[in-house]
Amino acid sequence: MKVFKAIAWIALISFVVIQFFPTDRNESYTTPTTDFMLVNKVPSKIENQLKVSCYDCHSNNTVYPWYSKVQPAAWFLEDHIKEGKEELNFNEWSDYSDRRKKSKLRSIIKQIESGEMPMDSYTLIHKDAILSENDKKVVIAFITKLKDSLK
Amino acid sequence: MKTIKRSIRTVALVATMILTVSCKDANKNEAPSSASNEVMQENMDSSKNMAMNNSQNAMAEAILKDYFNLKDALVGDENDKAKMLGGTLAKSLGNLDKSTYSESQQKELTDIIEDATEHAEHISESDIKHQREHFKILSKDITVMVSITGTATKLYEQFCPMYDGGTAWLSTKEEVRNPYYGSQMLKCGKVQREIN
Repeated sequence: MKVFKAIAWIALISFVVIQFFPTDRNESYTTPTTDFMLVNKVPSKIENQLKVSCYDCHSNNTVYPWYSKVQPAAWFLEDHIKEGKEELNFNEWSDYSDRRKKSKLRSIIKQIESGEMPMDSYTLIHKDAILSENDKKVVIAFITKLKDSLK
Repeated sequence: MKTIKRSIRTVALVATMILTVSCKDANKNEAPSSASNEVMQENMDSSKNMAMNNSQNAMAEAILKDYFNLKDALVGDENDKAKMLGGTLAKSLGNLDKSTYSESQQKELTDIIEDATEHAEHISESDIKHQREHFKILSKDITVMVSITGTATKLYEQFCPMYDGGTAWLSTKEEVRNPYYGSQMLKCGKVQREIN
């Protein structure tokens, strides 16, 4: 029992302590002119879908959930967003060369097809980010068309 | 009692977080291991091109060697080995010296290297199915790179019509050994072009 109490205290204290570690927040209120939606003609339905399902981790602006203010959740999110943006940042779309655009588009198709993206840990909370089979088809058809338009 | 329970839960959560984070870091550091350096060393020694004074071409040859080692790992269905070699390749891609090429070539090379590095990095941390997906584009990148840098080795561009709507790769041997299917369909494909 004593041991339990000690552990509980240590946990409680460390929980309080980690709250004081700040994290970088991924927020920006302007959309750069290089954004995917601005440089491509995206049907509004698909635009909305991509923004809801992808932009939280693949752009410079995340719509944060309430628990993002609490550690260790904030670290977890920060890590995911950082990694997500490294892989693909829709806000910087036109900065990518055609070769890289094609690579990215191809990966987008593969990841949506296999259901790897949007991630399970994300859709668990963001139910609206889940793509139905039909949504997937429509998005993939659009992305494929875009990919084929690049030489 | 209630507080204790809650705290225990917190401990578990924190512990999991810390573990996840540290495991991840460990994985990342694993890729460029000393073993991979040995492989590279071996390649460098065996490469006849090293005799040339052109260090820049030598780096392109080293990239090719790493690419072929990776290809062989995929042919052999060796996921872990391919991971390691993907890391090695990502490193050597960064070493390519572009200084003597024309401006437009330099631009293209930079672009190829950036793209190829990303694919090589993904290969260093993926399962074999993903590794093969990335290897497809990586092969494309390397093929374009060779068209700029040239190589002293005779290369065969091979083509498998079955994988992902038709996919090419490079090999130093005329005999087809398919990196996209491995043992499943080892000899699927044909030589579509000879380089040099």
